[in-house]
Amino acid sequence: MTEKASLAFVRDTMLPEQPPPASETGIIKWVRANLFPDVLNSILTIVALYLIIKIVVGAWPWFANGMWATSSLAECREILQGTTGACFSVLTERWNQLLFGFTYPNDQYWRPILAFVLLAFAAAPMLFAMFLPRKLLLFTALYPFIAFWLIWGGTVLTPLFALLGFVAAATVFPRVEKASGFASALGAAVVTAAIVWYVGGLIAGTTPNLIALEPVPSRDMGGFMLNFILGTVCVSLSLPLGILLALGRQSNMPIIKWICVVFIEFIRGVPLITLLFVANVVLAYFLPPGTNFDLILRVIIMITMFSSAYIAEVIRGGLAALPKGQYEAADSLGLDYAQAMRLIIMPQALKISIPGIVNVAVGLFKDTTLVSVISMFDLVGMIRGPILASTEWNGVYWELWGFAILLFFPVCYGISQYSQWLERQLATDHR
Amino acid sequence: MKKSVFLGALTVAGLAAAAAGAATLDDVKARGKLNCGVTTGLVGFAAPDANGQWDGFDVGVCRAIAAAVLGDPTAVEFVPTTGKTRFTALASGEIDVLARNTTWTFSRDTDLKFDFVGVNYYDGQGFMVPKALGVSSAKELDGATVCIQTGTTTELNLADFFRANNISYEPVPIETNAEAQPLYLEGACDVYTTDASGLAATRAAFETPADHIILPEIISKEPLGPLVRHGDNDWGDIVMWTLNALIAAEEYGVTSANVDELAAGTDNPEINRLLGTEGDLGPMVGLDNQWAMRAIKAGGNYGELFEKNIGESTPIGLARGLNAQWTDGGLLYSPPFR
Repeated sequence: MTEKASLAFVRDTMLPEQPPPASETGIIKWVRANLFPDVLNSILTIVALYLIIKIVVGAWPWFANGMWATSSLAECREILQGTTGACFSVLTERWNQLLFGFTYPNDQYWRPILAFVLLAFAAAPMLFAMFLPRKLLLFTALYPFIAFWLIWGGTVLTPLFALLGFVAAATVFPRVEKASGFASALGAAVVTAAIVWYVGGLIAGTTPNLIALEPVPSRDMGGFMLNFILGTVCVSLSLPLGILLALGRQSNMPIIKWICVVFIEFIRGVPLITLLFVANVVLAYFLPPGTNFDLILRVIIMITMFSSAYIAEVIRGGLAALPKGQYEAADSLGLDYAQAMRLIIMPQALKISIPGIVNVAVGLFKDTTLVSVISMFDLVGMIRGPILASTEWNGVYWELWGFAILLFFPVCYGISQYSQWLERQLATDHR
Repeated sequence: MKKSVFLGALTVAGLAAAAAGAATLDDVKARGKLNCGVTTGLVGFAAPDANGQWDGFDVGVCRAIAAAVLGDPTAVEFVPTTGKTRFTALASGEIDVLARNTTWTFSRDTDLKFDFVGVNYYDGQGFMVPKALGVSSAKELDGATVCIQTGTTTELNLADFFRANNISYEPVPIETNAEAQPLYLEGACDVYTTDASGLAATRAAFETPADHIILPEIISKEPLGPLVRHGDNDWGDIVMWTLNALIAAEEYGVTSANVDELAAGTDNPEINRLLGTEGDLGPMVGLDNQWAMRAIKAGGNYGELFEKNIGESTPIGLARGLNAQWTDGGLLYSPPFR
């Protein structure tokens, strides 16, 4: 037999590509690979499914039967007649108190809301610096003064002179520095700012109604707004302070080094709640009566001190992780200390520290609820105090705490997601 | 040098404190507002409503004082305080009067340098247990877990009671009444103990109040009343007599509804003196003659305040009990206005 005859059939074209078998594609493959790869996992999947269904079925009527328009818990219970159902009416009636506290004037809610919206614009140039023009940072610099005016109200002169003080200090500083060095320049800047603030305070005091919004005292701040104010201000203040402290701790100058070490170790060794009690209670004994040293300001100072100590340690970790060669490279380029830190050391150290900083920031934001213990009505204080103590809503728990979760979770999750995105953006290491 | 400056500042602060403490009335008048310390929220006694207006039994006392001193029951700055911050707030001068159902005790009156000016609610500490526990007396609570608010006299009374009866318990410390409620309902503690008024209010908010009983033992005396700083007796007098005016008004049948009519003059000289149509009582405490009339008008007399905020017609449903007038077998007894 010739070879040709021995072959019954020779394929001379390629078969067209077949779709993979149904069990190896799409959702079926995903389910098989992820949910039912073997016996043990299959059992676990079924158990998990059972539990999920149980929870959803169990919780569903609670949501579905929810009451939205009653005026008290007793009324909810009367309508529900013993069936499961939430009493969401507490949210429809008290949402404004949960968000803004119970004493912020109702017709002024647009002010904190506007400040909140502007915060997005002010934060964007910082958070997404690589996409946005640097000029937008000017608005970021102005934002604290705008936000202060919007939320606290009063004459526009107060924040304006506060701003002027900083501007004056910033103009004086470089001139004096050139002439007579850093220390005296710093002193001159502080004195200039103090003079501008003092004069400004006098002028603003005489014309309290010039382009004024209705003033709202600190005592009237509350709800989630208070958490947000404390969180934003303290995080943004403690970051630069933390950097300074971390650098100070590494400094060769013994006095600066020891001041930083003592500060960091002392603050880290004290619970935040103790510091808050000091801010609220003990300070009042030392200040002469009648001096109204703003309570929010006191709390901001305490929380900022607390978190800056933690951030300093996180950044110190970043600094320690840099190889010594980086410092030497900076020196060999002839950069002075400030330039070396700004251009070479800090960018790398901060990048390493991002997860730690974000961790502190998220923790800090949630810690702001501790102020409820010193009888400030933040979101938690609002729920624990006035709302649960009203005759109408005494006994509503799940709905209120669920609402608190709904407010806190997106913010914290957003911060976390942003930091991961930022890490990916800045990833220049070996992959 | 630094040290002496610091000490000097402290001295000035101390002197200023003494000066301010000496004339609370002038401070309040100059400020145009009464700083009144209240709870951060206790059903019936003090809580802001949906519009942010404070309301409640203790709040009524604050408003009456403001009406008497300033002529305006709304001229009150309510300063919310917790069990832990209330005394420092008063001692530091942040508030002029503390009306925060605070128990009048020896050490608070003397050692903490406060003056209790009277009693606006006679309370006592009780126990609440689920019916299912099958307990009918507090003495059967051996080994029970007890939910208890920290920083209050109830905590100390509880320890005393259990030690005196030689039985053991396990405390579950909590911060506020609102926190105790779910813990108790979920069974984290077998027993909830606080003032009987608080127990009644808490039980009233339960879905099935009938499943819980308040045990018959009342283990302590809890005279709750407003207090002021020690040392400013003029101010203390004003607060004391405003409270007494509310109590006396109920005794004499003066209500917020008929006070205007009675202020025109009656044939009862006691009412006339109270309402300022006869005699000169007001100037004796540094106020005008209509002070008591305004205080009564602000929220009604003692009985009206009680009924409106915590009485039997409210969800809290407290009976007058010890808090009835002495003429009705209670303990309320105002010294004469003379």
